[in-house]
This record gives sequence, C-alpha cells and structure tokens, in this order.
Amino acid sequence: MKRLFLMLLASLAMPVWAAEAVPVGDDPAIEARMVNLATDLRCLVCQNESLAGSHAELAEDLRREIREQMRAGKSDKEVVTYLTDRYGDFVLYRPPFRSYTLLLWLGPVIFLGIGAVAWFLTLRRRRAIKVTDQVSVASLKQAADLLDEKQD
Amino acid sequence: MKRWLPLIIFAALGGFFYIGLHLDPREVPSPFIGKPAPAFTLPVIGQPGVTFSPEQNKGKVWLLNVWAPWCVACRQEHGALMQLAQAGVPIYGLNWKDKDREAEALMARQGSPYAAVAEDLDGRVGIDYGVTGTPETFVIDKTGIIRMKHIGPINADNWQAKFEPLLKELSK
Repeated sequence: MKRLFLMLLASLAMPVWAAEAVPVGDDPAIEARMVNLATDLRCLVCQNESLAGSHAELAEDLRREIREQMRAGKSDKEVVTYLTDRYGDFVLYRPPFRSYTLLLWLGPVIFLGIGAVAWFLTLRRRRAIKVTDQVSVASLKQAADLLDEKQD
Repeated sequence: MKRWLPLIIFAALGGFFYIGLHLDPREVPSPFIGKPAPAFTLPVIGQPGVTFSPEQNKGKVWLLNVWAPWCVACRQEHGALMQLAQAGVPIYGLNWKDKDREAEALMARQGSPYAAVAEDLDGRVGIDYGVTGTPETFVIDKTGIIRMKHIGPINADNWQAKFEPLLKELSK
C-alpha cells in the first residue's frame, strides 16, 4: 500500500519536471544568472515579454549569446552593454537615468509638486474665506444696527 | 478658466492618445545611426569560396538589406528592390537565419536585386546589426558609416520620402 502511494506521489511529480523543459545550458549557475538578467530585458520581437520568457527565435538566439558570454567570463554589466550597443536602451525594462528619460524619472515628483501646490493654494483660500466670514459677521451687525436706528 | 480646465485636460490627453495611435512600436530607434557598420566576413551565396565584408564597399553609398526566404514582408518589397537595382542602386543582401538554405533557389526563380548576398546562417551578424526582424535596410555611406535604418518593406512611397533624399545627399 505504502509503495503504491509512493508511486502515485512520484507520478504526481512528473508535471513539475515538465515545467522545467526550457532548454537548459550545461551549467546551472550560468543558467540562473542568464535567467536572472534576461528577466529585466525586453524581447525585441514580442516587446511586452521579457527575454527570459519569450519563445521567439531571436530571444532564443540572444539567450544563447548571453549564456556564451557569461561562460566566457563576462560580467552582467558587460553583457547588458553588449545588448544596448546593438538594440539601444529599448532592451532594458529598467530605463537608465538620461537626459531624455528625465521626464520619465522626475514626472512623478513633478506631479507630486503640482499636487502639493494645489493643496497649499486650496488651504490658503479656505483660510481666507474664514477671515471674510468674520468681516461679514461684523458688517452684518453693523447693518442690523443701522436697521435698528431706522426703526427708532 | 476653471470651467474650461477639464476640457483642456481632456484635449491634452486626447492629443497624446491620438499621436500614440500613429506611433509604430516596431520603429525602435537604432543606436547604429552615425556609427561605423559592424565588420563581418561571410560567404556569398551561389559563389563558393567568395566572401563578402562591408569594407569591400568603401567609397560607395550602398544598401544592406536584411532578408530571408521565409519572410513574407520581404517578398512584398522584392518588386521594389528589383526596380531599384535596375536603376543602379547597389543593394547587398544579408540572408538572415535561412536554416533551410532556400535563398539560392528562390533568387534563381524570382530574380535577384542583389549585387551579392552574404549568408548569415546562425544570425550572429544580424544580432551585431541589431536586427529584430526582416526586412530591415541599412543605408551605409562612402566611409562605411550607417546613416539610416529602415524597418519593414521598401515601397515607392517610403523610398521617395526617406531614401531618395538621403542617397542624393550622400552621393555628392
């Protein structure tokens, strides 16, 4: 019974193995580094997929290229430079801080600033309204006095 | 002013969306413009023992057309390329990832607009040129500098708009 149960368990494990059927290089360490790097890189054919997850032929070629360069001892940074030299910053899912990405990086801060200014202005206006209220209370009283005088 | 603010914001957003509709996400800006064409030496299809490398074309303005027999859009531009070749435009082909090696038979059947076609079987030269898909065409000047990259098939319209003025200027 126990053996049968184990066999059942073993058969359940099969699909788990099947999920890893991505062509794996010889060296698991390099494979892990490659996948880690390629997750942050854009596949240039499907554009909204990462280089790690894409099945496009070009993505496969580029993964092969990354693998080979890593095996040759290149650092992650050197591999990324190799790719940006050819495909531009477009391959990077994390855009670098450059003059033409200023708006992208500083945009949220600018919007926060606009919000802060609007908040400040609204607060100040409200405070100003209170002051005029007091003035109008005073002038109301004055008006009432004037009315009282007329009745006399 | 305050009453018009929502309308102004809507118009601005609408303007951005309208421009966005007409942008082609495939038109990835190439980092190669203004840089030397990457060097390579590859065998020429149909001429055993002969190799092609961009250096051989120093001194002339030429086109490097990246194509493949399996590429449908390349068939679309075939007619336009034939006409250009007849008009004397030097077009060199890079046969990209043609695993089944059908290029020679295809050119024999349909005619070839190319002065020579280099065979890039594993696609490495394509990667060196930042090719993402076929067809792509590079305009390379007399000193071997890439001046333009066109993504997608060439037709009479984009030839007149993009290529012709540039070639005229470069050929001076």
